[in-house]
Amino acid sequence: MKDKMKTSRSDGRKPDEVRPIEIKTGVIKRADGSALFKIGKTIAYAAVYGPRELHPKFLQNPEKGVLRCNYNMMSFSGSGDRVRPGPSRRSREIGLVIQKALMPVLNLEQYPNSVIDIFVELLQTDSGTRCAGICAAAVALADAGIPMKDLIAAVSVGRVNGRIVVDLTKEEEDVEDAVDIPVAILPRKGEVTLLQLDGLLKKEELQEALKLGIIGCRKIYEMQKKVLKERYK
Amino acid sequence: MIRVVRDHIRSLAEKGAREDGRDFLEYRKPIKIEYGVSSKSAEGSARVTIGDTEVVAGVKLEVGEPFPDTPDEGVLMVGAELLPLSNPEFESGPPSIDSIELARIIDRGIRESKCIDFSKLCIKKGEKVWMVFIDIYPLNDSGNLFDAASLAALAALKDAKFPEYDAKEGKINYEKRTSKCLPLTKLPVLVTVLKIKKRYLLDPTSNEVDSLDARLSVATIDNNIICAMQKGGEEALTLEDIDAMVDIATKQANIMRKLL
Repeated sequence: MKDKMKTSRSDGRKPDEVRPIEIKTGVIKRADGSALFKIGKTIAYAAVYGPRELHPKFLQNPEKGVLRCNYNMMSFSGSGDRVRPGPSRRSREIGLVIQKALMPVLNLEQYPNSVIDIFVELLQTDSGTRCAGICAAAVALADAGIPMKDLIAAVSVGRVNGRIVVDLTKEEEDVEDAVDIPVAILPRKGEVTLLQLDGLLKKEELQEALKLGIIGCRKIYEMQKKVLKERYK
Repeated sequence: MIRVVRDHIRSLAEKGAREDGRDFLEYRKPIKIEYGVSSKSAEGSARVTIGDTEVVAGVKLEVGEPFPDTPDEGVLMVGAELLPLSNPEFESGPPSIDSIELARIIDRGIRESKCIDFSKLCIKKGEKVWMVFIDIYPLNDSGNLFDAASLAALAALKDAKFPEYDAKEGKINYEKRTSKCLPLTKLPVLVTVLKIKKRYLLDPTSNEVDSLDARLSVATIDNNIICAMQKGGEEALTLEDIDAMVDIATKQANIMRKLL
C-alpha cells in the first residue's frame, strides 16, 4: 500500500489527492445565489435563480416545484477546436445528471408551480467538468438560502495505468484503458447521487474506486462548508 | 421591468440625478481588465468588470477556407450569448435578438476599423487562412453590456497568441502556443451614450438601460475616427443629439483605450 501511494501521477499527486481547489460564493450579483468552483484548470460558475414562477404555465406542477439545470461550455473553453455554441446532446445529458445529483437534498414540495433554475457555465475545462458544476451548484443553492438536507460534493474517480486514483486530469482520462467514474455524494450519509462510468472495470475495482471517491468528496465537502460559513459568519 | 422603477429613473433624470448618485457622464470605477482568464483553452481571453457588470471574452484561432470574395484575407466571427446565468430576465434557447445585436455591433467595430490586418492571416491564397472566433459571455449583467463586451473582445484579441501550425499536415497543435500575437493595429473602442429625458448619460445601470428613450453606440479609433454606430431605443434623436453623443462617446473611448 505504501508503495502504491508513492508511485507518482503525471502531476505528482497521490492517488487519493484531489487537484488544488478554490471556491467563492456570491460571484454573480444578480443571481439569488452563485458560486465559482475551480479544480485544477477546470473553472465552473453556477448561478441559482428562484424559486420563481415557472413559465410556460403548462410545465408547472401544483404538487411540487421543478428543478432545472443547464450545463454549458463557453465556446473557447474546450481543449482544441472551438466548441459550437448552443446545447449539444452531451451538454443536455450533463444538465440532466446534475439535476438528478442535486434533487435528493431539496424539498421541492415546498415550491408548487415554481422553478429553481441552476445555470452552470464552464469558463475553462480540463476534466471533471460535471463534478465541478455540481460542486458549484450545491454551494450556489446554499448561497441562495434554499433549505437543503445536506450539501452535495462530487469528484471523478477512475483507473489509470491499473491504479485507482481520484480526480483524473484530462491527460489521465486519455490514457489507454483509463476508466472514468464521476461520483456525487450526500456527504453526511455517504450515499451516491451521481454515478456514471465509461470503460471496463472489475467489481472489486469499482468498490475501491467508490471508497476513494467518497473520501475525495468529503474533502471537497469540508471546503464547501468552510466557504459558506465564512460568507455568512 | 417594474413601472415604478422606470418612472423613478426618469423623474430622477429630469431632476438631474442618477439612482447611484453618479454624474451623468461618470463611469463606474474601477474599470478592471484581466487577461488570460481562460488561458488553457482559449488562444486569447479576458474578463472586464465595470461596477458589478462582468463580461468574459475568448478568442479561438482555427484554419479554414477564406470567403471567395476575399481569397487572401482571414475570417472574423463574433458571437455573443446573453447567458441566463447573468440576468434573471435572460432566457435559455436560441440566440435572442439582443444577443445578435450585441455581437453584430462588436463585429462591425472590429471589421470596419480593419484593426486586424486580415491580409496577414492568409496562409495560402484561396485555400487556407486563419479564422478568428471571438465569443462574448456576460457573467453578470448590471447594465452597460455593450461597452463591457467591446472592451472584453479587444482585450481578448490583444491577449491572443497563435497556436503552432503544421502547414504540411494542415494541423493545428493547440497544446503548443507560439509567441506570435494577432496583427492588431488599432483599438476600436465602443462607447454607448443613453438619452433619458433630454439627458445624456454614460455607463448605465440595468434600470437605466430599461428606462432609456434612445441610445447611440459609437465605436471609434485613434484620431477620433468613427468606425461603427448603432442607434437603439424607441425615441428619435435630433442632429444636435447625435453631435453631442458622438462627442461624448469619442472622449470616453480615448480614456478607455488607454486601459487596454
